[in-house]
Amino acid sequence: MNAAGFPILSLLTFLPMLGVLILMMVRGEEAVVASNARWTALWTSLIVFVLSLVLWVRFDKSSADYQFLEQVSWLPDFGIGYAMGVDGISVLFVLLSTLLTPLCILASWNSVQTRVREYMIAFLVLETMMVGMFCALDFMLFYIFFEGVLIPMFLIIGIWGGPRRVYASYKFFLYTFFGSVFMLLAIIALWYQAGTTSIPELAEFDIPFNMQVWLFLAFFASFAVKVPMWPVHTWLPDAHVEAPTAGSVILAGVLLKMGAYGFLRFSIPLLPEASAYFAPAMYVLSIVAVVYTSLVALAQQDMKKLIAYSSVAHMGIVTLGIFTFSQQGIEGALFTMLSHGVVSGALFLCVGVVYDRLHTREIARYGGVAKVMPAYAMVFMLFTMASVALPGLAGFPGELLVILAAWAINPWVAVGAATGMVLGAAYMLTLYRGVAFGKLTRDDVRRMLDLEPREYAVFAPLIVLALWMGVYPQSFLSFFSATVAQMVQQHQAAIGTASRLAGL
Amino acid sequence: MNWTLALPELVLSVCGLAILVFGVIPKRDMTFPCTMAVIGAFVLTGVLVIGQAEGTAFGGQYVADDFSAFMKLLSLAAAALGLLLALDWNAKEGLSRFEFPVLVLFATVGMMVMISANDLMSLYLGLELLSLPLYVLAAFDRDNPRSAEAGLKYFILGSLASGMLLYGASLIYGFAGTTNFDRLADALSAEAGISAGVVVGIVFVIAALAFKLAAVPFHMWTPDVYEGAPTPVTAFFASAPKVAALALLVRVLSGPFGEVIGQWQQVVVLSAILSMVLGAFAAIGQRNVKRLMAYSSIGHVGFILMGLAVGGETGLRGVLVYTAIYIAMNIGAFAVLVAMRRNGRAVEGVDDLAGLGRTDPAMALAMAIFMFSMAGVPPMAGFFAKIYVLLPAIEQGFWGMAVIGVLSSVVSAYYYLRIVKVMYFDAAATGFDLRPAGVSVVLAGTGLFTLFFFLFPAMLLDAARHAVAALIG
Repeated sequence: MNAAGFPILSLLTFLPMLGVLILMMVRGEEAVVASNARWTALWTSLIVFVLSLVLWVRFDKSSADYQFLEQVSWLPDFGIGYAMGVDGISVLFVLLSTLLTPLCILASWNSVQTRVREYMIAFLVLETMMVGMFCALDFMLFYIFFEGVLIPMFLIIGIWGGPRRVYASYKFFLYTFFGSVFMLLAIIALWYQAGTTSIPELAEFDIPFNMQVWLFLAFFASFAVKVPMWPVHTWLPDAHVEAPTAGSVILAGVLLKMGAYGFLRFSIPLLPEASAYFAPAMYVLSIVAVVYTSLVALAQQDMKKLIAYSSVAHMGIVTLGIFTFSQQGIEGALFTMLSHGVVSGALFLCVGVVYDRLHTREIARYGGVAKVMPAYAMVFMLFTMASVALPGLAGFPGELLVILAAWAINPWVAVGAATGMVLGAAYMLTLYRGVAFGKLTRDDVRRMLDLEPREYAVFAPLIVLALWMGVYPQSFLSFFSATVAQMVQQHQAAIGTASRLAGL
Repeated sequence: MNWTLALPELVLSVCGLAILVFGVIPKRDMTFPCTMAVIGAFVLTGVLVIGQAEGTAFGGQYVADDFSAFMKLLSLAAAALGLLLALDWNAKEGLSRFEFPVLVLFATVGMMVMISANDLMSLYLGLELLSLPLYVLAAFDRDNPRSAEAGLKYFILGSLASGMLLYGASLIYGFAGTTNFDRLADALSAEAGISAGVVVGIVFVIAALAFKLAAVPFHMWTPDVYEGAPTPVTAFFASAPKVAALALLVRVLSGPFGEVIGQWQQVVVLSAILSMVLGAFAAIGQRNVKRLMAYSSIGHVGFILMGLAVGGETGLRGVLVYTAIYIAMNIGAFAVLVAMRRNGRAVEGVDDLAGLGRTDPAMALAMAIFMFSMAGVPPMAGFFAKIYVLLPAIEQGFWGMAVIGVLSSVVSAYYYLRIVKVMYFDAAATGFDLRPAGVSVVLAGTGLFTLFFFLFPAMLLDAARHAVAALIG
């Protein structure tokens, strides 16, 4: 058995399903059902979150191995098993998922009024898929969770989304599905070569370079869409704009991390030579993403679209960090993923707060909000600053590490990434100025009420995290430093062997 | 001479005759008791099939093994579920005639004979015994011109296929000197090589079976017949006869013609690719759910043929697993189609499903499960079905076919999603009439199977493995 003494990861993964089961049973008047559904979903996700804190406490930070292992035979004919476990790379993402889900449910408390039960069911299913994906130690199992996410998210965007929700949900689904089927073929090819889909065993397996290239491209098709990297990012702004607030939070907070997590978990350990081979291309794509989408963000009128493009830019920093293959770079990428999960999630929640009151996301419709909603303006400013990587807030340590690592590779790459930071400050401050400052001219804006207790409850944990991550990043970095160190070492060893062989 | 091997078929036929008499004597409407009796006969036959000994009978014309047992159980289950769907439908459409279940029964006997055929002659016998009741069933709603048209169309094209089969069989007999599968296998494996006449004969036989399967390029009849025939009949068409045709195709191609795989493999590969692509693209523009399902079934047949083209133990196992899962999702989806009835009138437009997520959440959920499953989204059963045919395809290096397969499943995801979209995203129309009990039973069974297949995949997999082992030996 594992460190917790019970199969905690499976419990975390499938406990939300219990909530779904209860929700399915609820009967009665629509209003009663809605209220019951909200409370059931909130309690389920809170229990899952509290349970997941066991991981935070019991995780052995000095070890680079997988922990809390579980293993059950599933498809023995094919050597495919049900295997769960977390290491330094995945453990914090499990926590991020379990933290954001109750916040999302709380954030949709009043804004979702139709089909509340179905909405809550979708979110709990989504939680199962997200947690399962980060815990899966079998490639096929990973794929099932990775793809399974599409179903609840498709429904969340399509049913509770904005006016162009149908277009956005289709685009989201088909883009991701298109990328993923190539990964499926790659998984099968890997299985055929190695005879297993267990991730730890695959990592030991040497794949010929020629095949690595093909597999890398197949993985890239899937993960690059999910990250999303330029130029396959176009589904993201549409999905974000049309999704309900909580959907955007999960999308930005967790789903985008799946692609980067995939690169870290599969592309680099399994395909070290191909990763090194394609690294320059990845730098270029990352830098283009950072600079180009930042410029695009500058021109946006819609608050959500602006933040969506900023997400693409931040994820460009992440992919850049990952493909530096250095301790600093990968740690910075992981930290940026976490901080972006918290900060962009919080920013979408900030948009949601004013959207709930005025039902528009157009920046020009606001102005002077700071005068009528001082507490809100304070919260919004905190996260704006965290997003532009102000030192002392969550965004800073990760981006700093990535830029340092990039400088070691090539100063020009670092300059590109730094340009993105400057542009980031420009568009985020534009957004903040447009919403919070300026003349208070409109009557409906004047009538807006400041944050209510429920909204304080949603923001409080995120504010704490944003400050904590900025002031004392070590408490998060320590989780993954051992794993990353081992990964970097193995990568260099693999590259070293390959180049020695080539030298012969 | 071991006639007891054919006991399931004999018992079923006798039951059929008895039910015919039982139905015709009383003056009142005997549809319900007859349907129940037929389902009872199916269950009895199923038990006999499970307990059946193995061996060949009737001078090598007939074979019973694990493979035939697997396929027979599958077609019996599909036929029984189809009958459950038809019960309420026929009553509402004024088609309550006790002949309906009896026709389904005789078609099923034909399927079982086909599945157990070990000779081109018994193959033809079974195929005709299957086809004749199907022609009648297609035209069962005889006052409806569309149904009559479907029956006639199916009859004419079906006769053409039968003719091709006979022509192919006679060519094979003429050039190889036998119609028995075992002796054919010996004759074709001889060093002497294979004559062009046999190859032409094999292609004709494949073409005739591909017609029954509705694989491209022998699919033309499918959309029209599916659309015109009464919906429960379409549900039956899209499932049980495909099992039988597939069983035969698998048996013929892996047994007697297994040695000459090089001669027919490219034909099957081509048909698989064309079916997948056509199934994906042609369904996009459909407004009628039944036509849409027709093209979708063509696409699925393409996937099944992919497993067949690859062949070998894993390939054929993929075929069996895919077929079983396809039957479950397909009958489930057709159960929803059967329940599409507004103010007593059957409707069949995609748009008629609008707002089903509100008016009947349980049925919409089931339909969504089937649609995601057909699109191949995990963790639904359809995903595993695709895995089991893609694994051998990649193992054997059929990269092109595998890539086309997954891409066509992305394209087909578009129209499966459209149904989900219509049900959940669109504004609610007036609800359908009360869901009949038979439909609910079928929906619950197939829906739970499709959703929870991932919990216990080993059962189906083991059964399929035994079946294939019997075939390949």
